[in-house]
Amino acid sequence: MDNQIKRYILFGIFSTVAIIYVVRLVVLQLMDDTYLRSAQQNVLQEQTIYPARGLIYDRKGELLVYNDAIYDLIVIPEQVKNLDTNEFCRVLGITNEGFLQRFEKIKRGVGYAPYRPSVFEKQLTIPTYAAFQEKLYDFQGFYVEVRTDRKYRHSNAAHIMGYIGEVTDREIENSEGYYRMGDFIGISGVERSYEQVLRGKKGVRYILVDSKNRTQGRYKDGQFDTPAVAGQNITLSIDQKLQALGEQLMMNKVGSIVAIEPGSGELLALVSSPTYDPNLFIGRERGNNYMRLLKDPAKPLFNRPLAAPYPPGSIFKVIMALVGQQEKVLYPSTAYGCAGGYHMGGLTVGCHPHPAPLPLRGAVAVSCNAYFCNVYRTVIDNNAYPNAEAAYKKWYDHISSFGIGKKLGVDIFGEGKGFLPPTTYYDKVYGRYRWKSSTTISLAIGQGELGITPLQMANATAIVANKGYYVTPHIVKTINGKPNPNPEYQNKHHTTVDTAYFDVVIDGMQDVIERGTGRIAAIPGIVICGKTGTAQNPHGKDHSVFFAFAPRENPKIAIAVLVENSGFGATWAAPIASLMIEQYLTGKHDTRTYLLDRMLKANLIHKNDSATTQIVKH
Amino acid sequence: MTPQQPKSSSIDWLTLVIYFVFVTAGLFCIYASVYKETHPDIFDTTQNYGRQLVWIGISVFIGLLILLVDEKFFYAFAYPIYGITILMLIAVLILGTTVKGSSSWIEIGGFRMQPAEFAKFGTALALAKFLGGYNVKFSDKKIQYVSAFLLLLPMAIILLQNETGSALVFASFIFVLYREGLPGYFLFIGFMVAVFAVLALLVPPIYLIIAIAVMAGLFMLVIRRNKRNILIVWSVALLMMGFVSSVDYAFENILQPHQRSRINVLLGKEVDLKGAGYNVQQSKIAIGSGGLWGKGFLEGTQNKFRFVPEQSTDFIFCTIGEEYGFVGSVSFIAIYLLLLWRILYLAERQRYKFNRIYGYCVAGILFFHFAINIGMTLGLVPVIGIPLPFFSYGGSALLSFTVLLFIFIRLDSNRLNELRGAFE
Repeated sequence: MDNQIKRYILFGIFSTVAIIYVVRLVVLQLMDDTYLRSAQQNVLQEQTIYPARGLIYDRKGELLVYNDAIYDLIVIPEQVKNLDTNEFCRVLGITNEGFLQRFEKIKRGVGYAPYRPSVFEKQLTIPTYAAFQEKLYDFQGFYVEVRTDRKYRHSNAAHIMGYIGEVTDREIENSEGYYRMGDFIGISGVERSYEQVLRGKKGVRYILVDSKNRTQGRYKDGQFDTPAVAGQNITLSIDQKLQALGEQLMMNKVGSIVAIEPGSGELLALVSSPTYDPNLFIGRERGNNYMRLLKDPAKPLFNRPLAAPYPPGSIFKVIMALVGQQEKVLYPSTAYGCAGGYHMGGLTVGCHPHPAPLPLRGAVAVSCNAYFCNVYRTVIDNNAYPNAEAAYKKWYDHISSFGIGKKLGVDIFGEGKGFLPPTTYYDKVYGRYRWKSSTTISLAIGQGELGITPLQMANATAIVANKGYYVTPHIVKTINGKPNPNPEYQNKHHTTVDTAYFDVVIDGMQDVIERGTGRIAAIPGIVICGKTGTAQNPHGKDHSVFFAFAPRENPKIAIAVLVENSGFGATWAAPIASLMIEQYLTGKHDTRTYLLDRMLKANLIHKNDSATTQIVKH
Repeated sequence: MTPQQPKSSSIDWLTLVIYFVFVTAGLFCIYASVYKETHPDIFDTTQNYGRQLVWIGISVFIGLLILLVDEKFFYAFAYPIYGITILMLIAVLILGTTVKGSSSWIEIGGFRMQPAEFAKFGTALALAKFLGGYNVKFSDKKIQYVSAFLLLLPMAIILLQNETGSALVFASFIFVLYREGLPGYFLFIGFMVAVFAVLALLVPPIYLIIAIAVMAGLFMLVIRRNKRNILIVWSVALLMMGFVSSVDYAFENILQPHQRSRINVLLGKEVDLKGAGYNVQQSKIAIGSGGLWGKGFLEGTQNKFRFVPEQSTDFIFCTIGEEYGFVGSVSFIAIYLLLLWRILYLAERQRYKFNRIYGYCVAGILFFHFAINIGMTLGLVPVIGIPLPFFSYGGSALLSFTVLLFIFIRLDSNRLNELRGAFE
């Protein structure tokens, strides 16, 4: 082929493409006027449709948390034109300075762009909203977005439900584009741990607005819109009435109540005292209230039942009795004398007066210190092991299988581990092979370095009630009517102690209520098994501790109560637990008015903590 | 021999005028597409148009220098220039800065540039020198291999930088190879490959395979059925079937997710208003709303509200379409075609093969950018980020297109000197 012709061929190709493009331009610019209309309508506005957050119910189906509409003022900075700033500020009730400050703040925000919507003012009051809506056409570039905030029907269970607040810059960055500035996110409690379930899915609506900011309709009949998907509803395992009673009983006291349904691991009540009204965390005062609670010396925001470790005191003897039997150094018939306490060399652990010697069941009932020191000695100085360290390790594994010294995995943030001292801890204090049973004897009666959270105490009670296993405690019973999908909340965790060893200990616990240290907790017609404790506290007065489960056959509730700095377990913790058990099992708590009145009236908070009482009452 | 200064009369003024019309119009389009009431000053170098103005100054200055350089310089230094651009490409791989997912940028003292842009004229020079050599015949296998190597080397490095668009531009050299002896069916095959690649993504491959078989069968009816022809028809058919079935695999496994989604959106397989489809949709609205006469300078509403992302760079044609309408768009296309024709015409009148081949390279590159860029804004071609020559905002691109074009103007301007020399 003649090479000269090739340039015509090439130019032919070039021209063909150009002609195709011209034809396309004819179609786009001259024939099809949908593009012209799209452009005339001028501005495509992307509006976020916020889904309703999931509702929260208690185990009986009573509504606890619902949503309430709030109105946010949104601005698209680039579209703001011919704004009468004075009028705008007057309608909104802000100063001209405040106007400029808000704009400055928006410009510094993450992901700011002049063509993107930003929140100008949060949560307009209804009158402001109404006034603003009327004038909207004067304020180009502004519009109002409807969102929802939480409302709490009761002032209870603040620590369980937690609260929602605005996302932080970091959460926005980590969310892969889901959250935008000003969005709400669960910050603590169930709101946080079930954020993904509760939040639902945001939708998008494309609308066309004209140059005067008036809505002209939906873009392409809404074919690109996505609807918002509402969050899923959650049913808590909490019994609202029981929770409310628990908080009432703990008023003016510092401490915790944890109640568990032993068979399922469901938390029936989780009281942290002092507490606060969850409604403080909604609305415009959210930030101020938060700061006030944060600075309160009584630490109302601290979730005590989950995070605060205490020496458990005598209630630990129950576990010692089980471990001793499993290690074959203790039998139901084993009896030790008690000469006013446990003496070994120069060491003495005192005990209160009671008949002696007693077998195991009796020793549990009267809570004999000497008896359990002997049990601990035989466990640690057991000849079956080469040395005290090996025996202690075995003991450690037993105790650990009761869920002590580790996080149980409850579905609320802020759980603590407590403290179960490992061998290395004593190695550091005394040197390796330089310690034995007498050095660590205080562990025998639940004192010393041991730290157990109220949640762990209640869980241990549930283990005794179940005779050897627990289901990880949890607070969410169902999601959208279906059981909590987390398999951890169905599996049984078995302890290292065999079922056969539990009966004698439970006999002893029944005796505690019927003729032992916990008689005050007895309820006619209900067989309660419990154990009192008085936890020595190096920082002040002893903590009053009690744990129990009921009824003995087929137990429905396992409970642990701890009242800080209040003295004997029988004085405060046992009556509170008894009233809670009565309420849960019979639906009533006013049959023993003397007991109820005494608990409700008691103010066990020291004067210098009185700030707390103001917060607690709402 | 003293360097021959080009006489002003020997410079091709038409090309030069088109160049100045384009960069000036481009500047106004950039100004319109990033215009803000708060920054009305066209000389404001904090804005894209201010910076573009600076770049135009630099480009024109360098263009003038090129016109003053001895024309033998480009012939003599073709390989070193190619070598330098390759070294720069490799340097980018090692030292490059990543901008919007592509690591094709290099920063020298706060000055950012994209060596992939410069590789285009480097390669054009090297190819022209190689094929323009004395007694070089393109039918020679060795020559074909070396040419392929010259083209594929920069293309491969640019692909490694994740700049698929710039790498594709090297496909435009097929036009110059055709002029220098590459059989015409390569152009046809290239076209068919593109068509089938798109079809294979739209239609399940099995239908295409059946269609190819049917077509081959029809061919059998028309041609002379000797052994050789049967063999050719069926092996071509088999090759096409193999290609069609491998497209899906390549699409799923070789392309990046954002490239996949751009192609899917274009083919209508995926509706994604916020992502890849958004650009094209907004681009079509902007152009479509221009109507016959356009809305006028700075009157494009789609511009002002920043609906078309990347409008000052890859989507600059939207501004032409919206503000100057059908008349403006078609005028632009006509002038662009005139430029392409002028270059082909000038190339064909060169006495030296080197000059001619270089001219065809320039025409091919300019056409390819035009075809992809405009096609993409019109929603006919997948969104491949390559600039519109002389219009799009971007210093490296403007400078490299200027150098590319001015070298050719310089080579052409010497034509009369050569003739005169021959007569003396």
